[in-house]
Amino acid sequence: MAVEVRVPAILQSAVGGQKVVKVEGKTLGEILDRLDQQFPGVKKLLLDENGEIRRHINIYLNDEDVRFLQRLDTPIRDGDVLSILPALAGGRGHAQR
Amino acid sequence: MPVYVYIGTPLRRFTGNQARVQVEARDVAEALDRLAAQFPELKAELFDETGQLRRYVNVYVNNQEIEDLAGPNTAVRDGDEIAVVPALAGGAPPRTLTPEQVIRYSRHMIMPEIGGTGQRKLLGSSVLVIGAGGLGSPAILYLAAAGVGRIGVVDFDVVDLSNLQRQIIHHTDDIGRPKVESARDTVRRINPDVEVVPYNTALTSANALEIIKDYEVVVNGCDNFPTRYLVNDACVFLKKPLVDASVFKFDAQVTVFMPGHGCYRCLYPAPPPPGAVPNCAEAGVFGVVTGLVGAIQATEAIKLILGLGEPLVGRLLLIDTLAMDFRTVKLRRNPNCPVCGDNPTITELIDYEAFCGVPVLAQS
Repeated sequence: MAVEVRVPAILQSAVGGQKVVKVEGKTLGEILDRLDQQFPGVKKLLLDENGEIRRHINIYLNDEDVRFLQRLDTPIRDGDVLSILPALAGGRGHAQR
Repeated sequence: MPVYVYIGTPLRRFTGNQARVQVEARDVAEALDRLAAQFPELKAELFDETGQLRRYVNVYVNNQEIEDLAGPNTAVRDGDEIAVVPALAGGAPPRTLTPEQVIRYSRHMIMPEIGGTGQRKLLGSSVLVIGAGGLGSPAILYLAAAGVGRIGVVDFDVVDLSNLQRQIIHHTDDIGRPKVESARDTVRRINPDVEVVPYNTALTSANALEIIKDYEVVVNGCDNFPTRYLVNDACVFLKKPLVDASVFKFDAQVTVFMPGHGCYRCLYPAPPPPGAVPNCAEAGVFGVVTGLVGAIQATEAIKLILGLGEPLVGRLLLIDTLAMDFRTVKLRRNPNCPVCGDNPTITELIDYEAFCGVPVLAQS
């Protein structure tokens, strides 16, 4: 099952500057494992020490938050779109002093 | 049917200083009659010699002006709240528009969705904008042009040359001036109907409730996590709708948090660790994105005031301006949310610097 993983600007440097990465896998967990094989370290940005999705990161399967599905066990179908969405601070763009 | 009548402050001397009076009534007219019977001095304040409701007295049922409902015949149910508020400068909507206002707002008023009633409602409305920066600038400009009668602006900062690439409410000769003053002066030149209330201060746990309580809708254009959580929590506690947005480089996220339908903590329970996410000064921001998003925030604020259309509630709008792709994803209230969940554990404002591990300084 090949799915599109949409990577936000803030995380693109972790996947070689790409905006969309095609990854194979049957569940979200599998897809993140494969993604980490391609781009070592990316999983650590998304999951905490306990393997849970970090609290400032949301992952959507199509338009639904995977926390309301089966989290990392959420099954993925061909043609699905996964979107990673981190909390953003910005409005104006002023340095935090 | 017992209903409550909220008595506007100037009228309380006729009700023995009671702010809420309970009466039995089936409609507004009956409720006001009972009220007048109970407080004879109040009767002359509410009704003229012919028994008509005086023009400067505005009556609301559950925060909706009865003119937009069925007038005095508006039915009331058990537990409804009727508010009786005399028109004051800067308070309730004006009863009539000046000939100049009719022309100024003609493109609004010609639309049946807004009309004269909607325009008067806008003129009597109030919006608080947190930050007169990238998002706040266009939001304030459009709210002012639309005739939102009172716009509060919170920002502690002064205009910097590096702001002008996107903060279009400020001009080159404003550099070094407090942003709230610059914003107020620009609004004056656009629309003298609008009162800007400047708060030249950082929003903090000590002042947030006091400032936010006086506004109907809050537009968030802050640029840091502590303020974002502070504004969220304060809006949950005060039951204020919050039009929230954030921008990063070419991307943006926008949503409306309505009381009872989830909050920022349902979306992001905790901020990223300090330093994990670069801010705009470090990463840059495509100036025009803030214009687009600030205009969307103004759109949502005006829709909320007028009760128009479908607000961006329960949906998070994701914008990628490089692809020019707009998508929405679902956003749900988290029943375990520490602030707006079924059993909240945070019931007052906390130390947001400690919560986020960074100082709460930058506002917009």
